[in-house]
Amino acid sequence: MNAKEQVQQISGVNPYKCMKCGKCSATCPAYEEMDIKPHQFVSYVQSGNIEALAACKSMWKCLSCFACVERCPRDVQPGRILDAARQIVVRQRGGNYLTAEEIPPLVDEDLPQQLLVSAYRRYKR
Amino acid sequence: MIFSYYPGCTLRNKAKDLDAYARASAEALGFTLQELDNWQCCGGVYPLGTDEIASKLSSVRALAEAKDKGQDLVTLCSACHHVLKRVNDDMTNVEDIRTRANNYMKLAEPYAGETKVLHFLEVLRDVVGFDTLKEKVVNPLTGQKIAAYYGCLLLRPGKIMALDDPENPKLLEDFIRALGAEPVVYPYRNECCGGYISLKEPDMAKNMCNTINESAKGFGAECFITACPLCRYNLNKTEQGLPVYYFTELLAEALGVKEGAL
Amino acid sequence: MQRIGVFVCHCGSNIAATVDVKKVAEMARLEPGVVFADDYQYMCSEAGQAKIGAAIKEYNLTGLVVCSCSPRMHEATFRKCAERYGLNPYMVEIANIREHCSWIHKDMEEATQKAVILARAAIAKVNLNAPLQAGESRVTKRALVIGGGIAGIQTALDIADAGYEVDIVEKTPSIGGRMSQLDKTFPTLDCSACILTPKMVDAAGHEKIKIYTYSEVEKVSGFVGDFTVDIRKKARSVDEAKCTGCGVCQEKCPSKKTPSEFNRGLNNRSAIYTPFAQAIPNVPVIDREACIKFKTGKCGVCEKVCQAGAINYAQEDEIITEKYGAIVVATGFDTIKLDKYDEYAYSQSKDVITSLELERIMNAAGPTKGHLERLSDGKAPKEIVFVQCVGSRCSDERGKPYCSKICCMYTAKHAMLIRDKYPDVNVTVFYIDVRTPGKNFDEFYRRAVEEYGVNYIKGQVGKVAPQPDGSLLVQGSDLIDNKQIKIKADMVVLATAIEPNQGVRNIATMLTASIDTNNFLTEAHPKLRPVESPTAGVFLSGVCQGPKDIPETVSQAGAAAVKVIGLLAKDKLTTNPCTAQADELLCNGCSNCAKVCPYGAITYETRQVNDHGIREDRRIAVVNKALCQGCGACTVTCPSGAMDLQGFSNRQLIAEVDAICR
Repeated sequence: MNAKEQVQQISGVNPYKCMKCGKCSATCPAYEEMDIKPHQFVSYVQSGNIEALAACKSMWKCLSCFACVERCPRDVQPGRILDAARQIVVRQRGGNYLTAEEIPPLVDEDLPQQLLVSAYRRYKR
Repeated sequence: MIFSYYPGCTLRNKAKDLDAYARASAEALGFTLQELDNWQCCGGVYPLGTDEIASKLSSVRALAEAKDKGQDLVTLCSACHHVLKRVNDDMTNVEDIRTRANNYMKLAEPYAGETKVLHFLEVLRDVVGFDTLKEKVVNPLTGQKIAAYYGCLLLRPGKIMALDDPENPKLLEDFIRALGAEPVVYPYRNECCGGYISLKEPDMAKNMCNTINESAKGFGAECFITACPLCRYNLNKTEQGLPVYYFTELLAEALGVKEGAL
Repeated sequence: MQRIGVFVCHCGSNIAATVDVKKVAEMARLEPGVVFADDYQYMCSEAGQAKIGAAIKEYNLTGLVVCSCSPRMHEATFRKCAERYGLNPYMVEIANIREHCSWIHKDMEEATQKAVILARAAIAKVNLNAPLQAGESRVTKRALVIGGGIAGIQTALDIADAGYEVDIVEKTPSIGGRMSQLDKTFPTLDCSACILTPKMVDAAGHEKIKIYTYSEVEKVSGFVGDFTVDIRKKARSVDEAKCTGCGVCQEKCPSKKTPSEFNRGLNNRSAIYTPFAQAIPNVPVIDREACIKFKTGKCGVCEKVCQAGAINYAQEDEIITEKYGAIVVATGFDTIKLDKYDEYAYSQSKDVITSLELERIMNAAGPTKGHLERLSDGKAPKEIVFVQCVGSRCSDERGKPYCSKICCMYTAKHAMLIRDKYPDVNVTVFYIDVRTPGKNFDEFYRRAVEEYGVNYIKGQVGKVAPQPDGSLLVQGSDLIDNKQIKIKADMVVLATAIEPNQGVRNIATMLTASIDTNNFLTEAHPKLRPVESPTAGVFLSGVCQGPKDIPETVSQAGAAAVKVIGLLAKDKLTTNPCTAQADELLCNGCSNCAKVCPYGAITYETRQVNDHGIREDRRIAVVNKALCQGCGACTVTCPSGAMDLQGFSNRQLIAEVDAICR
């Protein structure tokens, strides 16, 4: 299975359903922080440019808030595509975006456990 | 009336009050939250990958236990609610995930989505009823202008959460009205607070919460209520932010059971 | 024994590229009864039909099998061909080796094998065919048009001008439809009312046209040429013969809080009302849900002020039963509800409106008298954002999968009109694609951009956020600049998807006309029979068949009228001879067939029967040949096997199955 097929399989998304309306990018609250924009996730998969997608910063900026998923008129779910790219990265050795050592200085008194749990699941294998 | 109850990790630690006020209010309203015997953390984030099975199993375990008891499963935290409903939807509708999860679990009887997952707010709306709730209020929160903050995980994806209209929800507003207060409707109540991003990118989360805060203030709100400890944490980081309460705290207050609940 | 000729069509490469047509002919020759088999490039062409004719003569054929496309396409063609060469048309069978075979298979060997089997089944059937004679039925020379919008009006006028009687049934109190709500029309910007109202007047004054407004079709029976229709004329509570249309009753009516349907709920109307000033007929109706007299028994103001004495609270619904030869559906459209699209804040702000609502605002007779103003505070907007494709082109459950077709053009129109009349207003249009196929359409859109300075941005809007100061923050994509942009707007206009009018499904059911998953009525052929329903005698006009603009609607209305005229011009129609009949020796009079017959064609009579020498009176099913449409429901229901369909007898069908299984 090549990388393109792998993204399609993990995400369960058919990128060819996209009609390129850009509503995902219009609605994304993390848009400004992203180097590859939500509507581009889809075209990167269409053109098989998974290497670039797997190197993007966007996957660490996505909030998994599902605004793009909810509002997509074609049910493409760009957030799922990005998550699949992230999976491919964190499943590789050294692919983690967060290490245990980094955490202690980031924790303050009020920090809910939920935040650590979510960040771990999101950033680490 | 007894419900199976899934508190989740944070309600055992930093958000004990969210849990305690809910239990006290539940008793006052005539239902009981019976904690599952062996619950494990839901992971906080629903694993989107179609091949992610192991990370869904803790939810399946909780769902199956509730099924064995023949009870609906109630949860309070937005994230737990999101993960449990989505995994339950997978177990109901996605054959591949259902088969593989059941192969791991080796339950006496395979689990196929039989349990009904309810957010505590759904119990208030659909089981207790807001009219009944209103009658049971002893300390109405008259005159308070409250902004409901839903965040993202309670509502989306709308098809699976099936909690309310994901773009123009009314559940918390009706709740606020039942307590005798005045809901403040503002457009960012269903936009994300930043979630887990605040661990590594606190400024990003702060920006987003500022927008939410400014909007609510602009429409005249005096405080926020939320169901999610992470939303509360992030909203609390904004400068000149409105105070943020768990919805259960105001509920307990209105029902007159706040004292001694903690 | 039959002498059968088999004719295998290549259909260019449609069949021949996937099916070995020579092999099919070769195998057919081996079948019992077949005396001739050949293949040809286009069997339906003149040369192809001549080949069939020549073979009939030369081989003295008694039956034909044509292996070609679907019988829906060319069965009639080949039946006519057979008749021309002296063969009974019902001695022709079609083996569908295109739609059922070559189009759906890839492997040539497999497809060829299947084609051979299909041919074999058809041959087995023809071996048992017998000549059938079509009967005749009469044609009622009057047409019914359901819907009184521009589609219905145009169809009715064209039919009436040809000299035939037409009745229009319109649900609302006036004819005129959606077009009467529009302000200007693209691409010429002429006033909608100025071109529509004369047509309304023509229709009302035409001696051949009868208009039933505030009326609905309630029941349809019969068949092409001879439909019987019940029309419910709802109680108007106003005597049409006496009313002078002075309007005093509407002025004086104290109940004025009902949202005006005509103005899309942007303002209110009285309980006794005409939808708009140019309504035809200019006779009000009393909305009994809103009327104080009907609700409480007290009031009666309209009755007191009516000089003509036309108010009649006791009026009742009336059922009119009429016969028609043809029925045209012209039920039109509505915009979809936007409750599932509240990211655009339609239900949260009065200043987020649909394009149809903007038509009413721009219209001099509308709720703001044509002044462009915000409905929230009456202020003049300075920044307007248009959002395209709201609910159109959506494959999720919220919207419609199709393109609504008219929005790109009317949005360009709105943008241009606003920029023309209010040059200080900024207009931005968010679009996914601008679709402007049509005469002078793209030029029109380009004028909006080039001459009127309308700002077109390629990208969809994600959220409209009402702000505390009353403005609307529009967050959208600019895909060309690769930016997320935010515009502080005063007004947002949503190009809302259109959908067939509610109730069309009910009408389709009454007419047994087919309808698709989007509630658009299905045409008999998407290219070659676009204004006919597959149900004989039922025709389609306007948006009920699919999204279309006014020029296209008027063209289609004319086309539907021509088809109706062609039908009404005939004195007699040939009926389908493939009807059911009961074997009186087998029929046990159980009534099951009558219960399932959708056409009410089966009755019972007591008849003396000679059953192997025993004479007795029995209750026997009798089929009315004029009503029977040959659907076969009775034949499969009959427990004793007494019902049989001519041309599709049980023996023939079993022979086909046997041939397939051989």
